[in-house]
Amino acid sequence: MLRKLTLTAVLMGASALGAQAQDLRIALQSDADVLDPDQSRTFVGRIVYTALCDKLVDITPELELIGQLATDWSWNDDQTQLTMQLREGVTFHDGTPFNAEAVAYNIERSQTLEESRRKSEVASITGTEVLGEYEIRLDLEQPDATLLAQLADRAGMMISPTAAREAGADFGSNPVCSGPFAFDNRVAQDRIVLKKYADYWNADEINFETVTYLPIPDNTVRLANLQSGDVDIVDRVSATDLEQAKADPKVQIESAVSLGYQGITINVGNGDKAKNPLGEDSKIRRALSLAIDREALNQVVFNGAFAAGNQPFPPNSPWFDPDHPIPERDVEAAKALLAEAGYPDGITIEIQAPNSTEPQQVMQVVQAMAAEAGITIEIVSKEFATMLQDQTAGDYTASQVGWSGRVDPDGNIHQFLTTGGGINDSGYSNAQVDEYLNAARVTNDTAERKELYNKARDILMEDSPLVYLYHPTWIWGLAEGVEGFTPYADGMIRLEGVSLSE
Amino acid sequence: MLAFIGRRILVAIPTIVLISIFVFSLQQLLPGDPILAMAGEERDPETIAFLREKYGFNDPLPVQYVKWVTGVVQGDLGISLRSNQPVSELLLQKLPVTIQLAIMAMIFAIAIGVPMGIVSAVKKGTVLDYAANLIALSGLSIPNFWLGIMLILLVSVKWGLLPASGYVPPGEDLWLSIKTMLMPAFVLGTALAATLMRHTRSAMLGVLKSDYVRTARAKGLKERRVILKHAFRNALVPIVTLMALLFGELIAGAVLTEQIFTIPGFGKLVVDAVFNRDYAVVQGIVLCTAVGFIIMNLVADAAYFALNPRLRKQ
Repeated sequence: MLRKLTLTAVLMGASALGAQAQDLRIALQSDADVLDPDQSRTFVGRIVYTALCDKLVDITPELELIGQLATDWSWNDDQTQLTMQLREGVTFHDGTPFNAEAVAYNIERSQTLEESRRKSEVASITGTEVLGEYEIRLDLEQPDATLLAQLADRAGMMISPTAAREAGADFGSNPVCSGPFAFDNRVAQDRIVLKKYADYWNADEINFETVTYLPIPDNTVRLANLQSGDVDIVDRVSATDLEQAKADPKVQIESAVSLGYQGITINVGNGDKAKNPLGEDSKIRRALSLAIDREALNQVVFNGAFAAGNQPFPPNSPWFDPDHPIPERDVEAAKALLAEAGYPDGITIEIQAPNSTEPQQVMQVVQAMAAEAGITIEIVSKEFATMLQDQTAGDYTASQVGWSGRVDPDGNIHQFLTTGGGINDSGYSNAQVDEYLNAARVTNDTAERKELYNKARDILMEDSPLVYLYHPTWIWGLAEGVEGFTPYADGMIRLEGVSLSE
Repeated sequence: MLAFIGRRILVAIPTIVLISIFVFSLQQLLPGDPILAMAGEERDPETIAFLREKYGFNDPLPVQYVKWVTGVVQGDLGISLRSNQPVSELLLQKLPVTIQLAIMAMIFAIAIGVPMGIVSAVKKGTVLDYAANLIALSGLSIPNFWLGIMLILLVSVKWGLLPASGYVPPGEDLWLSIKTMLMPAFVLGTALAATLMRHTRSAMLGVLKSDYVRTARAKGLKERRVILKHAFRNALVPIVTLMALLFGELIAGAVLTEQIFTIPGFGKLVVDAVFNRDYAVVQGIVLCTAVGFIIMNLVADAAYFALNPRLRKQ
C-alpha cells in the first residue's frame, strides 16, 4: 500500500518537491522503562529522551561537550563553582518558562526524590545559587571532572517544575520536558508516540509532526520491518545481519563504535570464591588475555563490525592508552606464564556467561583459543538476572559481562576498579590505583587526567582483574529516504536535521 | 444443569487458591533478584535498599503472600515493578489483544482442521486422507518461530503484502488491524488445526461405524446428510471438549507468536515480566490465565448439555 502510494507520488512528480513525511517510525530493541529522567534506568529510555527532554549540555559526535539548554559555562579558579548561562526564551511543553529557578528545582529533585537514581551522579553538588533569570551557579565540595558529562545525560535533563510538583513520583506516566517533541501517548510494550513541540527553540531543525518508537526485540523481525517499509529507522542491527542489510538497496547503514566494552570480569577479592588460582594469581589472568586473538574474535562472531579492545575505552577514544596497544595473540607466552604460575600442564577455569546468542558465541571462541594455551574453560550459562545476582554476591569465579559506556572516562573505570566501588564485582583493591583514579576525578585538566589514567592502566594491565575483549559498534538501519542522520558513539538517535523524503 | 454448573464453580474456588499459592512460591524459587534487575546498570546500594522497602521485599514471605491475596480479593493485583502501572490496568490493556489473536487463530484452526478431519475420515485410506495427515503432521512439527520468521521474510519483506509485525487496535483501523493479525493468527492456528484435524478424524471414524449411521444410510438418506447431520453432530462432543483444552495451548502458543510478531498481548507481557522478574505481573497473569482456563472448561461442560440430549435428561 505504502509502496503504491510512493509510486503514485513519484509518478505525479511530487517527489521533486521533497515531500516530507509526517511521522517518523523508529524500531528499538526493547521497551523503555518509566519515562522520568530521575527514575529511568534503561538505555532505550535515553533514546526516547533525546527527542523528549533537552539537557543542559550535549555532546558532539567527537564527544566534546557543547551547550544545549546552557549556552555557556565557566569554572572558578579552584574548580568548585560552575556558573552556567542559560538559553533564553525556552519553555517546557506545558508552557512553564525555563530559567535558573527551574534548573535549581531539577537538581534538587535529582538529589532528593526518594525514587531518584541520579543521586550519585549529582552528589558532588552541595548547593545551587540563582544569580539571575538565566544564570545559575552550582557549588561543589571538591572539583568534579565528571559533572559536565553527567549534565549531558539524564542528570542534566530538565523537566517542567510545574508538572513535576503536581505528579511527584508519578511524573513518568505523563512526562513534560522541553525537547523538540512532547509526550503524546504510550502503550506499554507496543509504542511511545511523541508529537512536535511547536515552540521548541530549535524547531526549524525538526522535520516531523510525530515520532513513534516501537519496541521490536527480535533482531531479524526488526530488520524485516525496515526492509518491508513498516519503519524508518531501526537501532542495533546485529553484526551478523549486516551483509544482508547492506545488500538491500532500500536500506542504508550507519555505525559508530560505542563507548562501552565487553570483557571477562574476574573475581579476585569478592568473597571466598575468589580463592582459586585464577583469582589469586595475575599470571594466569594475563595468560588468559594473551591466549585470545581479539581481532579474530571480532571477525568470527561479529563479522569484523565491532572493535577489538583491551582497555575500558575503545582504540578510537582520546582516553585510550597507546602504550598498551591491543596485544597480538601469543600462545607460547601464555603457556610460559602458566608454567611460571605452577601449571605447566594446563589449568581448568570456570566462566559464567549470559545464555543469549552473542555472549555464548564469544565465549565459545574464547574457549577454543584458550584451550590451545592449556587453559580449559568451562562455560556456565546463566540467565542474565541470575548471573548478575551471583556476580554481585561474589558467587562466581569469572563472568563475561560488559558496560554500556559513559561519555566521561571516569564512568567506564572508577566504579569497577576502585576499592569498594559501586559495581566492583571483581572485588579488586589496589591503593595506588585508587589514588590515581580518585585524583583523575577531581581535576578538569585533560592532560593531567590522561596521565593519571595511563598510570593506573600500567598497574591494571599487570593485575588484569578485568580482561577486556571488544567494544560493540552501534549499527543503525535507515530507510532509503532518511537523510541527515548523524551516528553518535553514545548510541542515541538525535532527530535535529533528520528528514525523510517519500 | 444449574446445580451441575454450581458444583463446578464450588470446586473451582479451592483450585484457584491452590494455584495462587503455587504461583507465589514458584516465583520465589526463581533465581535472580527482582530489585537488582530493576536497579539499573549502576546498582546503587541506596536505591536498592529503598526499592526493597518500597515494594515490600523485606517482609517475610507469608506476609507478602497475604498482602498480595488481600489486594487480589479487592481487585488490586499490585503495581508492575518495571513500568509502575497497575497490573490490572496492564491486563485489561493486553487481554483484548490476545483474545483477538486467539479468536482469529481459532477461526483458522477450525476452518482448516475440521473440514480436513471430516474429509480424511470419510475418505479413509485414500490419497486425500494421506495428504490431510501429512499436512497435519507438518502443522504439528513446524515450530511457530520458524514459520513466523519465514512468513515475515516472504510475505512482508519480499512481497510487501502485509505489515511485518506489530499491532493496530480494531477501534483505530479495523481492516489494518485484521491485516496485521493475519500472519500471527495463521501461525498460531496451524498447530491447532493439526490437533483438531486428528481428533475430528478419529471422532468421525468412531461415529461412522455406529448403528445409527448404518440405520440412516439404510433409510436411504443422502450421504451428505448422513455425514453432516447424523455423524458430525455426534462427533462434535469430543471436539468441543478439545477446543476448550486447546485454549491452554492457544495461550501457550500466543507467548511465542506474540514474541515473534511483537504483538503487545498477554504472552509478550508474561515473557517480559519473567525476564524482568516483575513478580506482580507474572502472578497476575498466571492467576488470570488459570481462572480463564477454568471458565473455558465450564463453558465446555455447558456446551455438552446443548449438544448431547442424553446429558440433559440426567
